[in-house]
Amino acid sequence: MSIKIVAKTGNEAMAEAMRQINPDVVAAYPITPATEIVQLFSNYVSDGKVDTEFIAVESEHSAMSACVGAATTGARVMTSTSSQGIALMHEILYIASGLRLPIMICGVNRALSAPISIHCDHSDTMGSRDAGWIQILSEDAQEAYDLTIFAMKAAEKVLLPAMVTSDGFIISHAMSRLDMYEDKKVQDYLGEKKPAYTSLDVDNPITIGPLVVQDYFMEIKRGQIQAIIDAKKQLPILLEEFNKTMNKNYKVIEEYNMEDAEYAIVALGSTAGTAKYITDKLRQEGKKVGVVKPLVFRPFYGEDLVKMLENLKGIAILDRSDPQSAMGGPLFTEITSAFYGHEKQPAARNYIYGLGGRDISYDDIKDIFKDIAEYFEKGKKEEAVKYITIRE
Amino acid sequence: MSKKTWKEIDIASIINKPGSAKDFKTGDWRSQKPVWNEDKCKQCLICWVYCPDSAITVKDEKMTGINFDYCKGCGICAVECPFKAITMVEEKK
Repeated sequence: MSIKIVAKTGNEAMAEAMRQINPDVVAAYPITPATEIVQLFSNYVSDGKVDTEFIAVESEHSAMSACVGAATTGARVMTSTSSQGIALMHEILYIASGLRLPIMICGVNRALSAPISIHCDHSDTMGSRDAGWIQILSEDAQEAYDLTIFAMKAAEKVLLPAMVTSDGFIISHAMSRLDMYEDKKVQDYLGEKKPAYTSLDVDNPITIGPLVVQDYFMEIKRGQIQAIIDAKKQLPILLEEFNKTMNKNYKVIEEYNMEDAEYAIVALGSTAGTAKYITDKLRQEGKKVGVVKPLVFRPFYGEDLVKMLENLKGIAILDRSDPQSAMGGPLFTEITSAFYGHEKQPAARNYIYGLGGRDISYDDIKDIFKDIAEYFEKGKKEEAVKYITIRE
Repeated sequence: MSKKTWKEIDIASIINKPGSAKDFKTGDWRSQKPVWNEDKCKQCLICWVYCPDSAITVKDEKMTGINFDYCKGCGICAVECPFKAITMVEEKK
């Protein structure tokens, strides 16, 4: 397989993936830090490098609405957004998943207002975590590129929409090495889309999105829930197929330095990369530390995480968002929830960090490993949710 | 019409049979019932024009009655009838 090695930012990497996917329709509205993805893609459209119908809309609500309309015809549909943009799409996100339309968002994670910020945290897509979308968070530009290609195919296989995100500016605007596949390789991998239904078959007219009252709503919703349950089984198999085709080694949950680990950091996105580097350093000092990175956040692989984490002394769960439940971040509450009733109960502490793009440094990661060890040794006496990278 | 289980429903609540709304009897939504007094009726068919559920039955350009499979008891016919030939009574179930 021929690989082209290039230097690209996360946004450029996602735009290249979109070009190679060559979707039928893209409807999008620009927003920092995702603007470049659509801007570059619109260049591909005007330069004739893709066959896409590009719809420049007046808002993200309209962007996702246009995507839904286009997808009901059976078209392959993509968009891109961030932060307030995904918040404005919120209403239509549920319609996309409820209608089982495999639309794809190339997202860039950015804090939600107020106060206004253009920098990274995960509050935007975490706000959509109940919307019935597959959610994948990438660690670097390579993952943003690979997983965009993967998620397009996976979404079409399981008939659910999917969003792949990169950390705003940290990945989206940072240039790094990117291994690109040939265009044909991507096209062959994707194959032809087989839609579940189409609104354009005039000989077989259908009604899409009818009013459903009490006698059927729950049955229909149960069917949608089964789709995400099935997707949870399918995604590892589909990822294995991607790995084989593209010579990669992705897992829905990645384990790093975990063989004999006593303590682990669980983190999403770019921070997992920083944590991996630090565990390599700490391993040289004889510390038994590792990293667990959920690549896929929705569906949530709680049972798998319990298996990976059950024998640890302490788990440091990092959240780059706080749902303001006064119970800690989403990754923390879901992992600890998965541990409920389990015979083994390692110490688990939540570290909320990096809101609004606040940097998390090597030293911060080292401090987390120090803190979780102390938390375990002192018998979990302090509060479980801790705010770090903050002036106290 | 027997109701389907969640496993029998088509994906995404798509309806793939055109005109199937007639299979959905909405008459049991009714709490008020229209009563037609044929003696007062002048066959102007204003009720037929106004009925949002096409529940006024007509044959040879004459009103023949009310189709209670679909009448939701909204009372528009009773309000619009210029001759008070339709009155609303409580639906007894």
